[in-house]
Amino acid sequence: MDALELFRDQIRLWTLKQLYHLGFGHYGGSLSIVEALAVLYGKVMKITPDNFHDEKRDRFILSKGHGGPALYATLALKGFIPFGMLYTLNQNGTRLPSHPDRNLTPGVEMTTGSLGQGISVAVGVALSHKLSGIPAYTYTIVGDGELNEGQCWEAIQFAAHHQLHRLVVLVDDNKKQLDGWTKDIVNPRDFVEKFKSFGFWSRRVDGSSLAEIEEAIEEGKKQTEMPIAIILDTKRGQGVPYLEAKEDNHHIRPTEEDKRAIEAAIQELERKCAGGVAQ
Amino acid sequence: MNALSSQRLKPEEKEMRQVYAETVLELAQKDPRVIALEADLMSSISTNKIQPFIPKQIINCGIMEAHMMGVAAGMALTGKIPFVHTFAQFATRRAFDQLFVSLAYAKLNVKILGSDAGVTAEHNGGTHMAFEDLGLVRLIPHATVYEASDGTMLRELLVQSYGEYGVHYIRTIRKKALQLYDKGEKFPKGKGKLLRDGKDAAIIASGIMVAESLLAADLLANQGIDVMVIDMYSIKPIDRELLIHAAKTAGLMITAENHNVIGGLGSAVAETLAETFPVPVYRIGVREQFGQVGKTDYLKEFYGLTAKHIAETVLEQIKRKKE
Repeated sequence: MDALELFRDQIRLWTLKQLYHLGFGHYGGSLSIVEALAVLYGKVMKITPDNFHDEKRDRFILSKGHGGPALYATLALKGFIPFGMLYTLNQNGTRLPSHPDRNLTPGVEMTTGSLGQGISVAVGVALSHKLSGIPAYTYTIVGDGELNEGQCWEAIQFAAHHQLHRLVVLVDDNKKQLDGWTKDIVNPRDFVEKFKSFGFWSRRVDGSSLAEIEEAIEEGKKQTEMPIAIILDTKRGQGVPYLEAKEDNHHIRPTEEDKRAIEAAIQELERKCAGGVAQ
Repeated sequence: MNALSSQRLKPEEKEMRQVYAETVLELAQKDPRVIALEADLMSSISTNKIQPFIPKQIINCGIMEAHMMGVAAGMALTGKIPFVHTFAQFATRRAFDQLFVSLAYAKLNVKILGSDAGVTAEHNGGTHMAFEDLGLVRLIPHATVYEASDGTMLRELLVQSYGEYGVHYIRTIRKKALQLYDKGEKFPKGKGKLLRDGKDAAIIASGIMVAESLLAADLLANQGIDVMVIDMYSIKPIDRELLIHAAKTAGLMITAENHNVIGGLGSAVAETLAETFPVPVYRIGVREQFGQVGKTDYLKEFYGLTAKHIAETVLEQIKRKKE
């Protein structure tokens, strides 16, 4: 297992531990972005607590704010917050709310959770950098369900018009939203075709493959005229087969059976991570 | 107290939109962090005329008000100072959650100009006529809410808001206001301007209703009624001390706003006095009605936003005071 795979497993482990400790939460959509976060924070973005206030840093905005627990796990592994804080998720007075808050949590760039807004802010950051001649990249993860929001498509048109080639939009295409399958609620059709028609460089990849995600980002960066949209083919509950198979897996309040399965997944990840070195 | 008479009120030389454009240009040329954001209404607010001078500091977002608020947040996150303009109803009714979450809740720095205040939206009619914008923004924690009554004030409020971190909302008309103030006048946050002293009633007004109130004061003076007139441009925070002084002196408050009586100036005055020095308050403004097309004068008459209506209301409400 290489360092990036270890980092991925650690993010997944700490995401599960947080949610298990809390007793309920957004398991599905937190687990589906673990690989994307691993690639961003473990490979392509050079972000540490030391350079977080550098105005030329790369930026990440979790537009699908309900993936907060996975981001918090990542930030703990990167040294932004202590691991113990992860167990305060959603507790009274916590610094780790369901949806990220830039004024509460070190390492969180932007307050998100009202869907459709984070992508606009990411576009604003990317445009600001372009106007100021700062060659930093701006990354955002949006949900496939989130792309129901009209504001996303305002942001997408605008980003293409301004040729924000240092903007990387990762779409967590986990096929589900709160009430069920996205194709049954409002069929999104082909995201790659949609992004391309709006003027993006776009590619669909296996969202559970670290290599494919990284390669697509690097490939997209070779051109300098279009913003980049990587469609991550993911699964709700990704990496935990029991949760992947569970029908209603957006926000889970585990049954006794669920708890046993989650405990087993935590133990397995702990075994895999044992002896590994955190990044 | 030097009474400001309605007789000397004359239209200003510059339209309010020209004042906005010139002030933004001046700030942008001085400070590279200033960036103007527009949503396809540049020629309506005259920022098209300043664009050639600051091409990298002015962005037309297209007809995307919600997204424009997000872009403003992104600009603010990277240290820029966004000046966002659109019509008042788009800035508030249409993009409220974006203003609320991406800017205010995220504690970012933004200056918002909501233009075409109330009836001055004229021929754009009910869809474009905001009688709710002040109320909506007033609900946002820590937001500063102003309504400019003339060009000197608008300029000062813009410059002042530029110098202060936070969410600032300034409501204005686009065309010429009647000149109320001389150049150099200051308009501190949280203060009101006592324009005319009086003991029988106090009229608290903002925006275009300030001039109407001064005129009403003259009408009332002819009948031996002596009213105080206050320009309460700072609607949030509001000038609590001045309101208490007015309540103690006059014992009757009449508010006058080109806005719904719920949520805006009238509410702010009534809420403040109810908690401090309760006296009878009557709110002049729009009651349970939407906007409609029409000339400003027609609409003022329709919604009861005229000097005559204010004077009649004072005479009616004074009975309440004596009871």
